[in-house]
Amino acid sequence: MKIKADRDVCIGAGNCVLAAENVFDQDDDAIVVILEESPEGKDADAARNAVGSCPSGALSIEE
Amino acid sequence: MASAQTPVPPLHMRRDRFDPPAEMAGFRERPGLAQVTTPLGRPAWLVTRYEDAREVLGDATRFSSAGLPVVPVPGATPEEQRSGNLLMLDPPEHTRLRRLLTGEFTVKRIRRLQPRIAEIVDAHLDAMAQAGPPADLVPDFALPVPSLVICELLGVPYSDRAEFHGRAAKQLDLTRPMEERGKVAMESRAYMGDLVDRALAEPGHDMLGMLVREHGDDLTRTELVGVASLLLIAGHETTANMLAIGTLALLRNPEQAAMVRDDPAVTAPAVEELMRYLSVVHSGVPRVATTTTEVAGQAVAPGDVLVVSLPAADRDRALVEDPDRLDVGRAASHHVAFGHGVHHCLGAPLARMEMATAFPALLRRFPTLAPAIPFDDVDFRSASLVHGLRSLPITW
Repeated sequence: MKIKADRDVCIGAGNCVLAAENVFDQDDDAIVVILEESPEGKDADAARNAVGSCPSGALSIEE
Repeated sequence: MASAQTPVPPLHMRRDRFDPPAEMAGFRERPGLAQVTTPLGRPAWLVTRYEDAREVLGDATRFSSAGLPVVPVPGATPEEQRSGNLLMLDPPEHTRLRRLLTGEFTVKRIRRLQPRIAEIVDAHLDAMAQAGPPADLVPDFALPVPSLVICELLGVPYSDRAEFHGRAAKQLDLTRPMEERGKVAMESRAYMGDLVDRALAEPGHDMLGMLVREHGDDLTRTELVGVASLLLIAGHETTANMLAIGTLALLRNPEQAAMVRDDPAVTAPAVEELMRYLSVVHSGVPRVATTTTEVAGQAVAPGDVLVVSLPAADRDRALVEDPDRLDVGRAASHHVAFGHGVHHCLGAPLARMEMATAFPALLRRFPTLAPAIPFDDVDFRSASLVHGLRSLPITW
């Protein structure tokens, strides 16, 4: 599993941080920062949930 | 009786207590899109299904927020009315303005605010406890808590609250003539204009001051006024109504209220489920098609208006099982109550933190909390752009 984030598309809603804190963070302008590109176990499930809750479509997963 | 003076909101803007009107389920089941008439008298396509709502709101290229008609207000051009109002702008203008603000609402920044939010919540609970039952949850708790939070954050004097609460309620009230609502919106802008001028002269340590100091060259005065007016109204009306109607929904389901009261792990999912179940921004989110396209198999022409019903989408079985039941234990975080796409609520992390602080604190302070009037007598304010309660007498 590999997480990808398009920082130009991100709108800084923060849903991903709330869903998967070990995988995503925000910079000072609220734009997504990936902490763990290839999460495993519980973090992988949380990351999938985060991708589903992203309002801007900035996040994607390559399995 | 409907008359020109007291317009009755169209079906898709109505509510049956907590629920969308029963007809919405029928619209969701039938193929294609239903046709409705907007309060401006224009035909529009009604979007009720979860996946369709995400498709329309998620594509700002095909479905624009700019170019929607605004209510004519004497002395104000449509450009002036739209300026700085993020909800009426498309990328790239929208992106430029929103990015100036997002840094104020990161999850980290909002977590740093949590102790102050808890202090404000506790102070209002203390006052209610001292005055003793009964109380009215709306003026005593639900409205003042988010109002004080957004005032401090933005740099608006809390002593002006009676004034801006009154204007906000009128602006959102669909039973008022459009001209009056447009006029009040411009009064709100004039009030904010004075605050912006003060911040321009002497920028403080609040959000208005930050915008002037750090982005003074990127923002015109009208944009600053538009942005700040939107933040003030969106910052208190939405959360205030969620706190009031959310508390009532919990009190109608005592076993679920007990879960929120007793188990801190339930707080976050409960906030999401209450957001989904109640979807208080319920008047229909408008978009205008920019191109010949299709939604749910329905041909849509350039210039067609689409209205997305967030409450209908959030009661779709495609989102959760048994969607008409409140279940604070389930995972409902993919709801569209905060919207979807580039216009997803900017203040969502703040709203979530306020609710996550306020609901458990209220239920813990008053474990025997109950409505002081029969459910049939509760004053729902469904004819408002933001659903909620005008008043909720409570006892404990």
